[in-house]
Amino acid sequence: MIQDKSLGRKLFNILNFLILLLTSLLCVLPFVNLLAVSFSSSAAVSAGEVAFFPVGFNTKAYEFALEGGEFFRSMWISVQRVILGTLVNLVLIVLTAYPLSKTKDKVMGRGIYMSFFVFTMLFNGGLIPTYLIVVKTGLIDSIWSLILPGALPVFSMIILMNFLRGLPEEIEESATIDGAGPMQILLRIILPLLKPALATVGLFSIVGHWNSWFDGIIYMNDTANYPLQSYLQTLLLSFEQIMQRASNDYNQLLAMMNVRTGRAAQMFLGAIPILLIYPFLQKYFTTGLVLGSVKG
Amino acid sequence: MLKKLKQQKAFHLMLIPSIVLVFIYSYLPLYGMIIAFQDYNPGLGFSSPWVGMENFEHVFRQPNFIRTIWNTLYMSFFKLIGGVVVPVIFALLLNEVGRTLMKRTFQTLVYIPNFLSWVIMAGIMVDILSAEGIVNSFLGLLGMEPISFLGNPSLFPWTMIISDIWKGFGFGTVVYLAALTSIDPGLYEAALIDGAKRWKQTIYITLPLLAPTIILMTVLALGNILNAGFDQIYNLYSPVVYETGDIIDTYVYRLGIQQAQYSVGAAVGFFKSIVSCILVILSYVLAYRVAGYRIF
Repeated sequence: MIQDKSLGRKLFNILNFLILLLTSLLCVLPFVNLLAVSFSSSAAVSAGEVAFFPVGFNTKAYEFALEGGEFFRSMWISVQRVILGTLVNLVLIVLTAYPLSKTKDKVMGRGIYMSFFVFTMLFNGGLIPTYLIVVKTGLIDSIWSLILPGALPVFSMIILMNFLRGLPEEIEESATIDGAGPMQILLRIILPLLKPALATVGLFSIVGHWNSWFDGIIYMNDTANYPLQSYLQTLLLSFEQIMQRASNDYNQLLAMMNVRTGRAAQMFLGAIPILLIYPFLQKYFTTGLVLGSVKG
Repeated sequence: MLKKLKQQKAFHLMLIPSIVLVFIYSYLPLYGMIIAFQDYNPGLGFSSPWVGMENFEHVFRQPNFIRTIWNTLYMSFFKLIGGVVVPVIFALLLNEVGRTLMKRTFQTLVYIPNFLSWVIMAGIMVDILSAEGIVNSFLGLLGMEPISFLGNPSLFPWTMIISDIWKGFGFGTVVYLAALTSIDPGLYEAALIDGAKRWKQTIYITLPLLAPTIILMTVLALGNILNAGFDQIYNLYSPVVYETGDIIDTYVYRLGIQQAQYSVGAAVGFFKSIVSCILVILSYVLAYRVAGYRIF
């Protein structure tokens, strides 16, 4: 970068810094405020006194979240969902992308297979018919209702397929001469090379599964089966009832926490896992975008 | 040919699990769309009596439905415009910052909201926009009355548009910044010798070279114009703002799932799928023609 030392440039730099700082703060301060509210006393929160530091510091809202059991139960369901769902996604992505990365001489009907999958990106049955199929296949109230309908993320599969096509062919040829079959080649030779691409699509799946809430709401009749985000969604409307149900002495509870502090604590807890893997997300989500497109 | 197929057997076998699952959860719902032309009765299932276009005629006569189309397009349009303009400007400003560490810090901060679910973001918004929340406390300091951002029908769409841009512009920033760093610095040096200052360089070098990326992002967003953001609006709206805030997807959900009017819900979904499909294909074709982008 060429240095420009004029007064105008200096003024611009200062102004630019202020604009960037202010915009960045707009993205972060709401979280700081949420955190401060979650640790504040209910009186201070109701009076609108809390900005970016807790007022009347206490951890009641967190104790309430951790005592209730509902938070942990739904979090455990989410953990299971993320592990199982991401595993299913990755296995199907690899098993589909590998044959489709071949030319049509090597895999007959490749074009038909490809259209079969791509079509689902363009046209979908919509909410109601999909819901009815999930009902008909008996998945209501089962964790599989959150996993099977999106078992093959087609966009991720295409990212991986494009990545596979970028690998030199010689890698496989020597193994074929040695008499290894496609499955052995995939497992022993291709899979280790796929690590960076798998990290990208795996993170897509993890974030997708962790953040999904709507499928939990429609496919689970029993709220005990809700994953964390679906449970958090119910807090938006009915946190007061949850507090009333959970306590013997509601007034005493209300003196220490209220809907806002309690909800803030649980929303913040729900965001922690994403914040923990954020450095990886930042790194791999951009590369995924580059991997995903073929320039030509 | 049979011999060839035998050799390739392993490849075809690998595809079977994906084909079966995609068939069940993506193609059977397409068949399930026939209920849009039936009077669906859970007891009879997909062999319910045929009613032709009656469901469509019924729903298109509803003023409440026509309103959702307008609301959807209105919010989508401004989300799309803001979702391009804001990250472009932010990336340009960020690109003027010389120090890498500062640049990276700002980028990291604005990218965070992108990865959190709309449930958590809605939880934050409900809190900071409440009557005693930090936004209204701040407005109070300026001597203003509390504003009901989520409960006032004339403000609600703009609360949705601005918060959507707020949550998403970090992603665009990362994409545009990547495009900016790939611009040859030699171009700027040459321009400086010709006497072009920073502003002129931006107009005549940076923007034209950024244009393909801007067009690409706009065109890809175009395919989503009928999705005005179900996750966001469902978590933040209420009956008082239906007039300006109800969108096609929230309408389908209330009608189809909550009121169990499956056929009418499916009819709206059918209509939306057809229009969306045309838009998505159009956006891919445009992306390829204009920016040479293709994913398969």
